[in-house]
Amino acid sequence: MNRIDKRFAALAEQGRAAFVAYVMGGDPDYETSLDILRGLPGAGVDVIELGYAFSDPMAEGPPIQRAALRALKAGMTLNRTLSLAAEFRKTDSDTPVVLMGYLNPLFSAGYVAFASRAAAAGIDGLICVDCPPEEADELTDALEEVGISLIRLTAPTTDDHRLATVVKRTSGFVYYVSVAGVTGVKSAQADDIAPAVARVRAASHLPVAVGFGIRTPEQAASVARIADGVVVGSAFVDEIAGALELIASGANENVTTRVLSKASTLAKAVGSARVGLA
Amino acid sequence: MNAPTPPTLRPNDWNALPDARGKFGEFGGLYVAETLMPLVLGLGEAYAAAKADPAFQDELASFHRHYTGRPSPMYFAERLTAYYGGAKIWFKRDELNHTGSHKINNALGQILLARRMGKTRIIAETGAGQHGVATATVCARFGLPCVVYMGATDVERQKPNVFRMNLLGAEVRPVTSGTGTLKDAMNEAMRDWVTNVEDTYYLIGTAAGPHPYPAMVRDFQSIIGIEARAQILELEGRLPDAVVACIGGGSNSIGLFHPFLADEGVRLIGVEAAGHGIETGEHAASLTGGRPGVLHGNKTYLLQDDDGQIIDAHSISAGLDYPGIGPEHSFLHDTGRAEYVSATDKEALAAFQLCAEQEGIIPALEPAHALARVGDLAKELGKDGIIVMNMCGRGDKDIFTVADALGRTI
Repeated sequence: MNRIDKRFAALAEQGRAAFVAYVMGGDPDYETSLDILRGLPGAGVDVIELGYAFSDPMAEGPPIQRAALRALKAGMTLNRTLSLAAEFRKTDSDTPVVLMGYLNPLFSAGYVAFASRAAAAGIDGLICVDCPPEEADELTDALEEVGISLIRLTAPTTDDHRLATVVKRTSGFVYYVSVAGVTGVKSAQADDIAPAVARVRAASHLPVAVGFGIRTPEQAASVARIADGVVVGSAFVDEIAGALELIASGANENVTTRVLSKASTLAKAVGSARVGLA
Repeated sequence: MNAPTPPTLRPNDWNALPDARGKFGEFGGLYVAETLMPLVLGLGEAYAAAKADPAFQDELASFHRHYTGRPSPMYFAERLTAYYGGAKIWFKRDELNHTGSHKINNALGQILLARRMGKTRIIAETGAGQHGVATATVCARFGLPCVVYMGATDVERQKPNVFRMNLLGAEVRPVTSGTGTLKDAMNEAMRDWVTNVEDTYYLIGTAAGPHPYPAMVRDFQSIIGIEARAQILELEGRLPDAVVACIGGGSNSIGLFHPFLADEGVRLIGVEAAGHGIETGEHAASLTGGRPGVLHGNKTYLLQDDDGQIIDAHSISAGLDYPGIGPEHSFLHDTGRAEYVSATDKEALAAFQLCAEQEGIIPALEPAHALARVGDLAKELGKDGIIVMNMCGRGDKDIFTVADALGRTI
């Protein structure tokens, strides 16, 4: 059993949803990013999604676009992101780390070479936004060889017929994109999400994490009641951007503290969401 | 490093491509976020049905005749031919189309498809603004709201076209994300599409993007090559030795090339934008200076760094300023069926002026790149040779850029 399966199984046992935090590797710089990663589990994060920067992030809203630009400006590459993960892994052998990003850096590195480096860095899963199942065989072969899960996105536009295609060769969990749109812009509505989560769970027999458009503790709690995992990304990235702005204006602000405090608030909301429910 | 790949084989039937998965050999395909997958698959089905429907083709042909002004003439460039002293140079006059470029061929085809699909809102990306103008034009003609994404840098250097789009009722949204050029406009259009999946049709302007766009745009632009082939056969009694066109994303060139693919004796020559020179790294020549990768929904040659990050293209011509190229060109390049060369900003500027002075035709900066290579080719082929060049756009939009480059004030 890999770290992702173990973690979701343990949380299911405890009757609570996983809190999944997305951060862009190397945002705002390598050292700060490593501090943030190291602090996330202690703040209550169950699964880390680690973004690797791409120059043309087509599915992202402005917050994550800017995060990618900051990371690239700080000299991040796919290999540097993997080094970041490897350093994190030295002090944490339990928290699942899922890479998230776009296909071209992986294609450029070569799928087999990438997969072996990622496995060596302690990566557990991969979400590749612009690689649909129709184009994924070669990448999936390389990942399976080293025991990394390919985690698929499903969307409100994914009908039952399409869903069967999407969940093929998927493992770990399924990521349900709760709104048709880019990250961090529209708001997710819990009422629309419940039936979709049930549908994806039935088709995949895997835990379902929900993301895109979850920002507040209230939203996180309402999704935690119906899904197996709650993903928050843009809200953290906004904290980084906000802290950097204050620092630039001369204020005494700490990026890491601010992100971890946000993580802690959201983790509490997710952790207590089902308390009192039958 | 990856192992060297074997040479790409030529197909028995060029018309059989792309395959069912939207592939031209290893290029093309369908690389988009899952939210868009059902839409692009649906678009593929809708286009296949339209393509096979004589009523759709008749409607398109009728608009081409009465609205676009097709067929466009085939013109013997007598003075340029004499100037170079080699092969006979013919211009396919697509700059005479309504809206001033070949872009209307595709915009018209796609808007008829969008109407057929019941879509009520149109979005597009534009570089030079020619595709934006063509899209705004057909949206006005059919009464559909139109949003055009245009890089903030391009908005600045193509003001006449921005004003034209506004006059036609389109909203032009300047894109400041990334580097504010065509690739960023395309990213932003994709983001709009993924956010407005219910009612919106994305009218892509070049023969790139996820399947079926490269094939669909090629089909709509193939009217250039179909007409050119028939016209030159009638005028010269034989096929040309070479056909030449400029390449940004590659829509006018694939439209010219495709009907000649099976004519193995006809050389197909694409001219990429070499900007300040390939060796400077500041250019837009994806085939000459790039390598295969995945961007904007397809696998194709891209300008990129060692990490797979996309590098900004540079060209004096906004319409060629794109770090990728349509996937069918990547395939034609690897099979060796087409030849790809390049011309610098300076060479294009010289050709721009030469054409104005010799033929009384002010070309757009895009086909000026093609013209910059026609002279060498004419000399190489000699007096018995025949060249057809696609004059894909007129230069009115470029007079400010050219004046600036020549150090003159208007």
